[in-house]
Amino acid sequence: MHAMPTTTTVPGRSPRLRRLVAATALGAISLSALVACGSGDSSSPAKASPSTAVTADAAPLTVKDPWVKASNTEMTGVFATLVNTTGAKVTVVSGTSTVSAKTELHEVADVDGKPTMRQKAGGFVIPANASHELKPGSDHVMLMGLTKAVKPGDEVTVTLTLDDGRTLKFTAVAKAFAGAKEDYNAGMTKG
Amino acid sequence: MDSSPTDLVAPAAAAVGRRRLLAGGALALGGALAGAGVGAAAAGRGTGDSRPQPPGYGVQKVPFHGPHQAGIDTPAQAHAVFLGFDLDGGTDRAALGRMMRLLTDDAARLTGGVPALADTEAELAELPARLTVTFGFGPGFFTAAGLDDRRPASLAPLPVFSIDRLQDHWCGGDLLIQICADDPLTVAHAQRMLVKDARTFARLRWAQRGFRRGRGVQEDGVTQRNLMGQIDGTVNPAPGSDVFDGAVWAEDGPEWLRGGTTMVLRRIRMELETWDAADTRAKEFSIGRTLGTGAPLTGAAETDPPDFAARDAFGLPVISEFAHVRRAHVADPRQQIFRRPFNYDDAPAADGTPDTGLLFASFQRDVAGQFLPIQRALAASDLLNQWTTPIGSAVFAIPPGCAPGGWIGQTLLG
Repeated sequence: MHAMPTTTTVPGRSPRLRRLVAATALGAISLSALVACGSGDSSSPAKASPSTAVTADAAPLTVKDPWVKASNTEMTGVFATLVNTTGAKVTVVSGTSTVSAKTELHEVADVDGKPTMRQKAGGFVIPANASHELKPGSDHVMLMGLTKAVKPGDEVTVTLTLDDGRTLKFTAVAKAFAGAKEDYNAGMTKG
Repeated sequence: MDSSPTDLVAPAAAAVGRRRLLAGGALALGGALAGAGVGAAAAGRGTGDSRPQPPGYGVQKVPFHGPHQAGIDTPAQAHAVFLGFDLDGGTDRAALGRMMRLLTDDAARLTGGVPALADTEAELAELPARLTVTFGFGPGFFTAAGLDDRRPASLAPLPVFSIDRLQDHWCGGDLLIQICADDPLTVAHAQRMLVKDARTFARLRWAQRGFRRGRGVQEDGVTQRNLMGQIDGTVNPAPGSDVFDGAVWAEDGPEWLRGGTTMVLRRIRMELETWDAADTRAKEFSIGRTLGTGAPLTGAAETDPPDFAARDAFGLPVISEFAHVRRAHVADPRQQIFRRPFNYDDAPAADGTPDTGLLFASFQRDVAGQFLPIQRALAASDLLNQWTTPIGSAVFAIPPGCAPGGWIGQTLLG
């Protein structure tokens, strides 16, 4: 019943260090925002959902089943399945949201045997006619410096920008979600 | 899918079972045997596919969207849980809207066999087994929303009847979630997901689990026995019939409730220790029906209409003035109620005294106009009251259904 999500792997390279005011302040912390859980289902039909009001501003992507973890801390994660309906690869390079000072594209990588969250070098690459799942414990959109609490049932508007400048706007509904144990690494990784 | 028992030995089904066994080894055996129980479904599948496949009942779905909520005119599933919540103090109209959008989304996905958003056990959503999720609003819901003026006039705690021995922890509730499916694991997963999304806004007040016969044990539609052994539910409007539609779906009253209904949920304990002490004749006299076939004492078959005028050789009514069938009889079809009960059977006490009874759920347009007259007649003099004790009571307005993209409660809160 569940098609396996097509997961794109970005070729490994050293994580690009970026100056992050927020991240530096936060340092490497244990983050309860994300869960190492493969709850993914890329075949979920988008239906009857407050979270599926998707408007693509000319971007060749559709967003399926978006949601955001409810949070009353400084940050949280956005999850969804990005579906590339075109014959060419699509690269998401940045994002913004209505509730965060900063929005980053993150991955959870194995660093010294520990799942560690960090910015994803090169952004999210969705191959032609494939989908890319953003899910707890894996790639996700990180909202940092939340300007207000995100309460369950709230709707957060997220805009993703592609490498060609096109944008994709969608609404993610907030859901209460238990945390897990990935460490956040704001680019301090060695090597 | 509603196959006759003869399908159990359908050769095609047996062949599928053998293929599964050979292809899948021991692990597939359970699936094959279960699949044989729904032979028609198993036999209908492609012959070249050796992967284990779920038995037919598991994948069945009941559409979530529509003018009415599912779980009312849906033929009763094998398992149910009724969840009653008290809203938290700060849960206002806007919060109720957020809550109902979340819960509606969960219900729409899960009933479709799809994981809810943020579902940590996505695999448990794969077999909906006719899952339905039905929402109801208790009197306090309207107060919390600041919408007391839209509360149906008779939506209030029932008056206390002399037979009642109500326990507060089985009574009331601002929000109802009724979850039904033919599989208890499906019910448990849906309950977990819905409770996780409700608890930001409300606290669980009670959870009442009920069951009927396992699906496939009897043919669908056969009137089932309750835990007193009675064939229970013979006189019930048939879903889809004009009588059902006229008795159940609200067509006047508050605009927002049109296409909805009301639910009365009564937890009725059965006094099985004293019921055991009664002889068959006394039991049948109190009900007005035979225990064996469920036929009225004046008839031969379950569905024969009771002849309330019939008298015996002594000139006494064959069906007592105080028999349950007579007290519960409603002449006007529009005054009927639709019963959708489930049994409960919790752990017996140390001395063996059972904790057994009926989760009596009834649906009707109007509590005051339909349920209360029947309950008054029963409470006054139903002989069956000797062995039944209402210990829980709650009433809910059941909003109409919604279309894809909409949400339950939108007509009230939106």
